[in-house]
Amino acid sequence: MSAGDSNIPKSRWLLIHAAAVFAFLYLPIAVLILYSFNGQGVGGFPPHHLTLDWYRILFADRPIWDSILNSLQVAFAAMAIALTFGIPAALALDRTQFPGKALFRRLVLLPLILPGIITGLSLLMLFNAMGTKLSLMTIALGHGTALISVATTEVFAGLQKLDRAQEEASLDLGANYWQTFWRVTVPNLKLPIIGAALLIFTLSMDEIAVSFFLIGRDNTLPLEIWGRLRRGITPEINAVSTIIFIFSLVTIVVWYRLRVRAEVGTG
Amino acid sequence: MFSRAYKTVVTLPPLLWVTVFLLVPYALMFCYSFWSVSPSQLIVHSWNLQNYKDLFQKPTYWQTLLRSMWIAARVMLFSLLLGYPLAYFLSFYAGKRKDLLYQLVIIPLWVSYLVRAYAWKTILGSDGVLNTLLQYVHLTKHPLDFLLYSPFAVVLTLTHIYTPFTILPIYAALEHIPRNLVEASHDLGATPAQTFWKVIFPLSIPGVVAGATFAFVLSLGDFLAPLLLGGPSGIMISNIVVSLFGAAFNWPLGAAISLGMLVIVVSLLFLSERLEKKWSFS
Repeated sequence: MSAGDSNIPKSRWLLIHAAAVFAFLYLPIAVLILYSFNGQGVGGFPPHHLTLDWYRILFADRPIWDSILNSLQVAFAAMAIALTFGIPAALALDRTQFPGKALFRRLVLLPLILPGIITGLSLLMLFNAMGTKLSLMTIALGHGTALISVATTEVFAGLQKLDRAQEEASLDLGANYWQTFWRVTVPNLKLPIIGAALLIFTLSMDEIAVSFFLIGRDNTLPLEIWGRLRRGITPEINAVSTIIFIFSLVTIVVWYRLRVRAEVGTG
Repeated sequence: MFSRAYKTVVTLPPLLWVTVFLLVPYALMFCYSFWSVSPSQLIVHSWNLQNYKDLFQKPTYWQTLLRSMWIAARVMLFSLLLGYPLAYFLSFYAGKRKDLLYQLVIIPLWVSYLVRAYAWKTILGSDGVLNTLLQYVHLTKHPLDFLLYSPFAVVLTLTHIYTPFTILPIYAALEHIPRNLVEASHDLGATPAQTFWKVIFPLSIPGVVAGATFAFVLSLGDFLAPLLLGGPSGIMISNIVVSLFGAAFNWPLGAAISLGMLVIVVSLLFLSERLEKKWSFS
């Protein structure tokens, strides 16, 4: 009796706390969206003169759209690099033994937790030493390298659940490693690979600390936004952020659906 | 079952890539930290410890480093205080809404870091949302100017950004606690508070350590939130590094400070790995 009774106020406090934390997490996002429709610019309470002007200005803003295209290129290139090297790295960690393996694992995962400034600066020194001119390419190399960690962790987790008997059967039945990889291993890892690709893509689209040091002449979207923020606040930034937020939400929902369907399919 | 050739093909390319694009750059940073800059702004490749002496002896550097660690420590503490009860609520009390609420924790992570920092700027500014709201409801007559361009603004913003990073590992740890342990504790007569402190909390420590490490390490190296919201009193160590690599043009000193940061971060990672191992129960 006493346990049940004392549980009620406790869970109520937890509920209030949870509501407050969610409010804290969503307040800036709500402000962002709300003020993208505010005729009076950013700030000032209450918002009034609701308008779509900022979206109109945004759609006519060439530099922003150029930077979005640049970011997309970087994100796709980073995704290609990270998957190309991250998937084999996961296979290597799962299936091989070699001297320095523990160090290799730590090294691959390090950029995930290391402040971006260290990754960015060390790569800047590398490109400087090699005489490579900074461009979108150097940013893509930076993102790709840092995000190998994401591909490796996701795929490695997938491999832990994988039943090796299927691959063994494929090899026994005469398929070579290459065929087995594409026809058995990859299809079984479809979900972690898609998940990693989506995550790499969004992380690259939003990345700024590494890009900050590797930027050449062309801006990525976050750097374009950064440049404008330093000059002053404009609701146009709110508008572009709102669009990206909605885009990300759609991506999450699609990904979630895919996953639920796959889980229903296998279960 | 895997041939030697297979093992070579999956191991060698990532190993080479990681060597060229991670190991060599870190080694280069290490080398730079022992070099210096000539008056004509050329890198002098003679080995000396001057940069490290500067780091420890000039107050600007070590004081800023200490202040950054203090800011990071506060971010870590507040993220845990906000995150732990929420993770606990999700895991033990959310019932059917668990999955939905879990997604709600993740969604803010998909909004650009930069944009969220900037949203706080529009909230905290002297004619920002909060100040005009306070005046609108007649709580204050003049804008409160300590809100923006202060360490407070930096801590608040970074706490906002890293709280989800602490919630996720804590939630994962709580989800892994076998529920029959909790039931056993109740059945054996423990009060809910005793069950929490003696069973649930100790088993969730690996998640707490992981979340705390994330929050501390990532905010320690941040330089964008201080630039955007910190003002002169909110400058952090990475801002100094940025200026050394930019206008001040002293890459070697910048490399030495970065390396100092790297040493702090890597030792924390080792420490947290040991702590997680010590407290994990399986």
